Amino acid sequence: MVSAIYILDSQYQTLLFRDYRGDIPRSAIEEFGPLIMRHECGDDIDSPFSKPCFTYQGVNYLYVQHNNIYLVVLSVVNTNALQVLFFLNEIVKVFTEYFTTLAEESVRDNFVVIYELLDEMMDFGHPQTTDYKVLQEYITQDTYQLDISTLEKTNSSLTGDKVSWRPHGIFYKKNEMFLDIIESINVLIGTDGHILQNNIYGKVVGNCYLSGMPELKLGLSDKLLVNSSGNIKPINVSPTESGSADTMSTPNTNAPVSKRKPIEMEDVKFHPCVGLDQFNDDRSISFIPPDGKFDLMTYRLKNKSKPLVWVNCDVEVKPRSRILYKVTVKSQFKKRSTATFITIFIPVPQDCDSPKFKTSIGTVVYAPETNCIVWKIKQFSGGKEFTMQAQLQLSSVTLNAQDENNTDGIGEETAIMSNGKVGRAHRPISVSFEIPYLATSGLQVRYLKINEPDLKYPSLPWVRYLTKSGDEYSIRMKKPLSS
Amino acid sequence: MSMSQQIERRIRKAFQTPKKGETFELRNGLVSQYARERKDAIQRTIQAMTVGKDVSALFPDILKNIATPDIEQKKLVYLYLMNYAKSHPELCILAVNTFVQDASDPNPLVRALAIRTMGCIRVDKMVDYMEIPLRLTLKDENPYVRKTAAICVTKLFDLNPQLCIEEGFLESLQTLIEDSNPMVVANAVSALAEIQDRAPEIKCFVVDPHILSKLLVALNECTEWGRIAILTSLSDYKASDIKDAEHICERVVPQLQHANPSVVLAAIKAVIAHVEIQNSEAKANLLRKLGPPLVTLVSSAPEVQYVALRNIRIILQKYPQILNRELRVFFCKYNDPPYLKMEKLEIMVRIANEKNIDQLLSELKEYSMEVDLDFVRRAIRAIGQCAIKIESAVEKCVNVLMDLIYNKVNYVLQEVVIVMKDVLRKYKTFESCLPVLCQNIDELDESEARAALVWIVGEYADKIDNSGEILQGFVSIFNEEATQVQLQLITAVVKLYIKKPEAGQNMIQGVLQTGTKSDNADVRDRGYIYWRLLSSDTVIAKDIVLAEKPPIVSTIEDLPKSLLNELIGELSTLASVYHRPAATFMGHGKFGADAVQKRAIEEQKQLANEDEVGAGVNAENLLDVDFSVDSPTVDSPASNPVTASKGGSALDELNDLFAPVQIPKITGNASSNQDIMNMFKNTAPTSSVSHNLSSTKDAFAELNFDNSFSSHANSGVPSKSSKTNEDLLGLF
Repeated sequence: MVSAIYILDSQYQTLLFRDYRGDIPRSAIEEFGPLIMRHECGDDIDSPFSKPCFTYQGVNYLYVQHNNIYLVVLSVVNTNALQVLFFLNEIVKVFTEYFTTLAEESVRDNFVVIYELLDEMMDFGHPQTTDYKVLQEYITQDTYQLDISTLEKTNSSLTGDKVSWRPHGIFYKKNEMFLDIIESINVLIGTDGHILQNNIYGKVVGNCYLSGMPELKLGLSDKLLVNSSGNIKPINVSPTESGSADTMSTPNTNAPVSKRKPIEMEDVKFHPCVGLDQFNDDRSISFIPPDGKFDLMTYRLKNKSKPLVWVNCDVEVKPRSRILYKVTVKSQFKKRSTATFITIFIPVPQDCDSPKFKTSIGTVVYAPETNCIVWKIKQFSGGKEFTMQAQLQLSSVTLNAQDENNTDGIGEETAIMSNGKVGRAHRPISVSFEIPYLATSGLQVRYLKINEPDLKYPSLPWVRYLTKSGDEYSIRMKKPLSS
Repeated sequence: MSMSQQIERRIRKAFQTPKKGETFELRNGLVSQYARERKDAIQRTIQAMTVGKDVSALFPDILKNIATPDIEQKKLVYLYLMNYAKSHPELCILAVNTFVQDASDPNPLVRALAIRTMGCIRVDKMVDYMEIPLRLTLKDENPYVRKTAAICVTKLFDLNPQLCIEEGFLESLQTLIEDSNPMVVANAVSALAEIQDRAPEIKCFVVDPHILSKLLVALNECTEWGRIAILTSLSDYKASDIKDAEHICERVVPQLQHANPSVVLAAIKAVIAHVEIQNSEAKANLLRKLGPPLVTLVSSAPEVQYVALRNIRIILQKYPQILNRELRVFFCKYNDPPYLKMEKLEIMVRIANEKNIDQLLSELKEYSMEVDLDFVRRAIRAIGQCAIKIESAVEKCVNVLMDLIYNKVNYVLQEVVIVMKDVLRKYKTFESCLPVLCQNIDELDESEARAALVWIVGEYADKIDNSGEILQGFVSIFNEEATQVQLQLITAVVKLYIKKPEAGQNMIQGVLQTGTKSDNADVRDRGYIYWRLLSSDTVIAKDIVLAEKPPIVSTIEDLPKSLLNELIGELSTLASVYHRPAATFMGHGKFGADAVQKRAIEEQKQLANEDEVGAGVNAENLLDVDFSVDSPTVDSPASNPVTASKGGSALDELNDLFAPVQIPKITGNASSNQDIMNMFKNTAPTSSVSHNLSSTKDAFAELNFDNSFSSHANSGVPSKSSKTNEDLLGLF
């Protein structure tokens, strides 16, 4: 239960607040800044004030930081912390949708809308709705005179329909439904070249341009297994079920389906529009979609194949304070796929100069602001391997640090510790890329049936596949050799 | 001089005029004949309110704008009313008519807005007028209005529970559980759950088989936030038999697939609440289903992740097998915030087993070469915890620790010494490490590390060639050492004396003499214990000092059983994050929920008093053409709350004196530690006074037992309990 929400600037001064329950003194928020700062100055990691929620003098503070502002919830009771913190993250998302960027300035400029939103999203400390599309129906940034008749007609949450996420009376001339299967690969490779993590975070994003209240049924690969239920059940799909208009070609149609290994999903999550009970009963995904873009489902599974892009980096310290990097990048996917926009970030010591690069493909630049070498390759087909060599001159500061630390410090960011010794932050190499027309897991859309009981229009479903690097695609740096 | 003063005054005046103008201008705008100007003025008033300026003096003028077809303007006026209602309760009544009218407006948004705002104007007199509109809106044809009215019942309950019950609003809420609209269902459930929580004696939301079936139906119908409320109520429900529990789990399990992580955790909580009663096969099956959703929680936003990790720790202690194969998920990411890294380490050592230890060790070794000092130390500590937890892996762990010493980084070394102390307590087979540890004494500057080393030297006095020399080095600066080192030193010298009398002979007298003259009672007591022990009978003294200690099982901090059982029922709440019973951070004393609310009310009253003065001045000023500006209404915004809170807390203290103090029912982790400490403190002096040796022996046995228990429970929170630990350790 939330008592009040405060939005604070970077100096912990109140920009705006909404007191829902009036059971917390206004002075309570003045404690927040000093408490946080006390932790930031001291280095005690066990301090309760270093955590996203803490209690002080009978008031519980839960907060998230976004850009240069803090969103703080105050509560006096033993509230549901996960719900509150998730709700705050949802607020950030909604505000970002409204104001493009959520920061001090946009809060000041849009206080009227923010008050309206806070009132609509939460009542007396109970979350109401955090769906941007629903909110947008009755809170717009432009002033407008309310027209009740159109409002009643379109606003689903006002008409009492069970489908609160989709307004009535939507009409498109051309009825289309787009499905994007986006798989983000998170990989972590250890210094010894072992794969520590190799996971796929998949997402099926729907983009709906359909009239009326269509009922959709989605059929995925017949080899799909969902692990989370404990007892593994394949989805039963009979080929006759898929109507001709609704079947679509998948990028790998030439590959015989039966040969592929079953896809074992670790966990699947659905948009609220999908009936969870029905999925649990017969594994079918039936839903009435919201209008426009939405995340239909997300899933997580372990990647059984090799990491798609492999980077190997040898570091060598040469005499006269030079440092040499030999970076090899290898694409470990099928030849017919092509990766695009590959960017490799290689961490280097601070304040290097006179960088020299040699590569057969792409461009290399030294980015001193992030202490990285950035190697960009536009296109890269499967089963290839390229090499890049870089040479940098070390600065004297780094050199001194290096003396104390026996060349170990090279290639890693050095930092002076409180006791005067030099520690090393192991920044990993990170890689980003995209591979269109490929779903690494092998997930395929078999059919998407679209049925609008009243309008019965013909409709076109489109499916796209994309594999890309996730937030965490990193390879830990090896220890440098010295010669 | 006077010249400059004049100029100063003139300059001041020049700066004051805009202030005066602001309120004046706003007032002019608010009563303007043009709607657009009025709206603009309202917006600017709200803006001033937002930045903390006190604009309560404009109350009557704002109120004039309440009747408007423009819903945005209406919202702003209502917002203003909510903010200043407390300070102008009389004026609020003027708005009642508009509220009542709006509550039957043809536009459902206006109806909902009216009823929502009425509930937020927390003035007693408002209650009388709320009754009829609330009754109407609860039965409104429009679900948006109904869902707002449902929440409004809790607002009314908060103001006047008596009226709320008498007028049958709670029954109306109960019928809304079966409403056709998901949002109404969600709010009805949330509202009932809140009222049940605040006033359990009314029993408005006791889940019985009838309500249960309603809730299970509603679970699939209502919004995500309502699902959380339903699932939470379900986990408080005691299933009557196995069938009942099975049925609930069957309906709850699909919710594990929900996109909202708090729904998922609420579902996990509900399953755990009903899993114990079921047969072992069904139980294992259900628990297996919980693993993947828990893992997915770890990929949410960092703050959400933090709560999830704290909860996973509780669940892991109850069901250690649940994430056996998921170690890698908890590997720290380079850019994780520090609080997440620490929490992940805690979970990794708990999942560690013989199969995954190699992987874990190489990861921990990676961390112990990082740059973040606290993180490095915690990683090294984790290696030690693994060594003690998994006997088959101890050799590998010690090898990693010894490798780290060779890096010669000061803080790493200190931590390794502390960790090795625990390893050497459990395993006697690592004498080969002793020389390495003893080589670096000069590097140790933290008392915990020094104390650990002294303990090691004492315990292995006969295995270390120069143990006498080493201890002599410490003894020579006895008075400069911290208490914990002194305590260890006394014990270590005694051990040395018993094991190698020729080496300890010279030191023992001096140490005991210095010790017993110490200002610190603990050091003194320890000195006397050993002195008397040694002077009575050396054989018995040897038996006691060198007695076989009960082995330590684990240095991973576990929650006490009673606390664990309580927290399992509190998953996802703040209690589960703090790992403390809810009673310890709310509900009693000066900072209890009621007291905080009282503080808030006092503050409001104070503000109101000041405002009245301000309003009075302003009203006069209105008549006055050239009104002066220094009225308190334009006072700096910060000063008011501060003084108010001071007054409030002083009052609170007075209140506390008279109010019956609620005593928390469950003693928490901290207090149980305290108990152990007290026990120790009580027993120690007694045993030192008593000359009966057999009773001393008993006391020692008890202490030894306590030691293994408390170190087992405490080692994770060194700051709090290190004192207990070292006290007990010394008596070995």
